[in-house]
Amino acid sequence: MISLTSPVKTKAHDWPAGLKLASLCAATMVLFFVEQATILAAIFAVVLIIYALPGRRFFKSGMKQLKLLWPFILMVAIWHIWTKEIELGASVILRLLSAVALANLVTMTTRLSDMIDVVRSLTRPLVRLGLKPNILELAIALVIRLTPVLVQKGTLLSEAWRARSQRKAGWRIILPFTVLALDDADQVAEALRARGGFDTIDTLENT
Amino acid sequence: MEKNVALIALFAALIAALGLIPKITLGFGVPITAQSLGVMLCGTVLGSKRGGLAVLLFLLLVAIGLPLLSGVRGGLGLFVSPSAGFLIGWPFAAFVTGWIVENGPRAPLTIVAGLASVIGCIAVMYAFGIVGLSVTLDKTLIDSTWLVTAFIPGDILKAAIAGMLTAALAKARPASVLSRNGQTKVV
Repeated sequence: MISLTSPVKTKAHDWPAGLKLASLCAATMVLFFVEQATILAAIFAVVLIIYALPGRRFFKSGMKQLKLLWPFILMVAIWHIWTKEIELGASVILRLLSAVALANLVTMTTRLSDMIDVVRSLTRPLVRLGLKPNILELAIALVIRLTPVLVQKGTLLSEAWRARSQRKAGWRIILPFTVLALDDADQVAEALRARGGFDTIDTLENT
Repeated sequence: MEKNVALIALFAALIAALGLIPKITLGFGVPITAQSLGVMLCGTVLGSKRGGLAVLLFLLLVAIGLPLLSGVRGGLGLFVSPSAGFLIGWPFAAFVTGWIVENGPRAPLTIVAGLASVIGCIAVMYAFGIVGLSVTLDKTLIDSTWLVTAFIPGDILKAAIAGMLTAALAKARPASVLSRNGQTKVV
C-alpha cells in the first residue's frame, strides 16, 4: 500500500518518533499563540528551509502535499481582501501553512512501524482498564490487510454491474459492498477463533 | 470478542475502501465521496460503541500516515488543517448515530437510521467541524457556519441513503445489524 513517507531517507528518520511527535505538539501550540504576520512569515520561511535541506525530491513531494490546502487559502484570501484585513488574512494563511507543513514533516520522516510503536506505548495504560494487549495492533494489521481486499471486491462489483447495465453503478452498489464486508467479518472472526482466538495472543505476550 | 474486533476492523476498512473507489455519482450528476456514508453506516449498523471504535481505528490509521482519506490524503497534517474538526467529530458522529438507532423509537428502520444519521453525522459532526474551522481560520462560529452550509444538502441526501441501506442490510443480513439486534429478528 502507498504510504505518505518521504521518497528520500533523511537523518530525521532515525530520531525517536515520540520525540518528533512531542515537539510537533509544542510547535503547533506556539504557532496558535503567535499573532504577528511578520513572525509567522519568518516561521514559514524556516519551515521551507527545513523542507529544502534533504534535497529537491523531498521538497517537491512535501509541497505536493501542501497543495491540498489551496481551496482554504483562496477562501481566506478573498475573505480578508473583502474585509480589508490583509495582515490578519496573511497571518491566518501563514499559520495554517506552517502548522500543516510541520505535521506533514513528521509524517514524512517517520516509518509506519515507529508510529505503531508510539501507539503501543501510548495505549499501554489502557491495558489496566481492560484493553487486551496487542488487540489494537492486530486490528491495525487487519485494516491494512483488508482495505485492498475490499477495494478489489468493490471494483469487481462495479465491473459486474457494468456488464449488465448501461447505466452507471450509483449508490445502490454500496449495499452488496457492505454485505460483502459483513460476510468477511464473519469469516475473519471464525479464522481468529480457529487459531485460538485472543487467548493465544495473551499467552504469547506473557511468554 | 473476536467477532467484535473483526467487525470493527472490517468497517474501518470499509470506510477506507469507500474513499478509494471512484466517486459515486448521484442521480443529479453530483459526485459524492462515499466516505462519510461509511461513517453513517458504522453507526447505524454496528451501533454506538462498535461504530465509534471503528471510526476511531480508521482515524488512527490516517494519523499514523496511511493515505486512506478520500483523495488519497492522510498523515498528521490533516489534524491541524481546517477540516480537522470534521475528522475529530467523526467518531462522535458515529457514536451518536448508533446510540439513537439503539435507543430510538421502534419506527421503521429506514426512518430511524436516516434521522439518526442526520442528527449524529450532520448536527454533531458539523458542530465539531465548525469549531475546527473557526479555530484554524480565525473566524467567528457564525462565519464558519456560513462556510459549510453549502455541504449540508448533500449530506442530508447521504443520510437518506444511509437509512435505506441500513434497512436493506437488515433484510439481507438480519443478524448483522447489531444496532437493532433483537428488534430486527421480529420482522
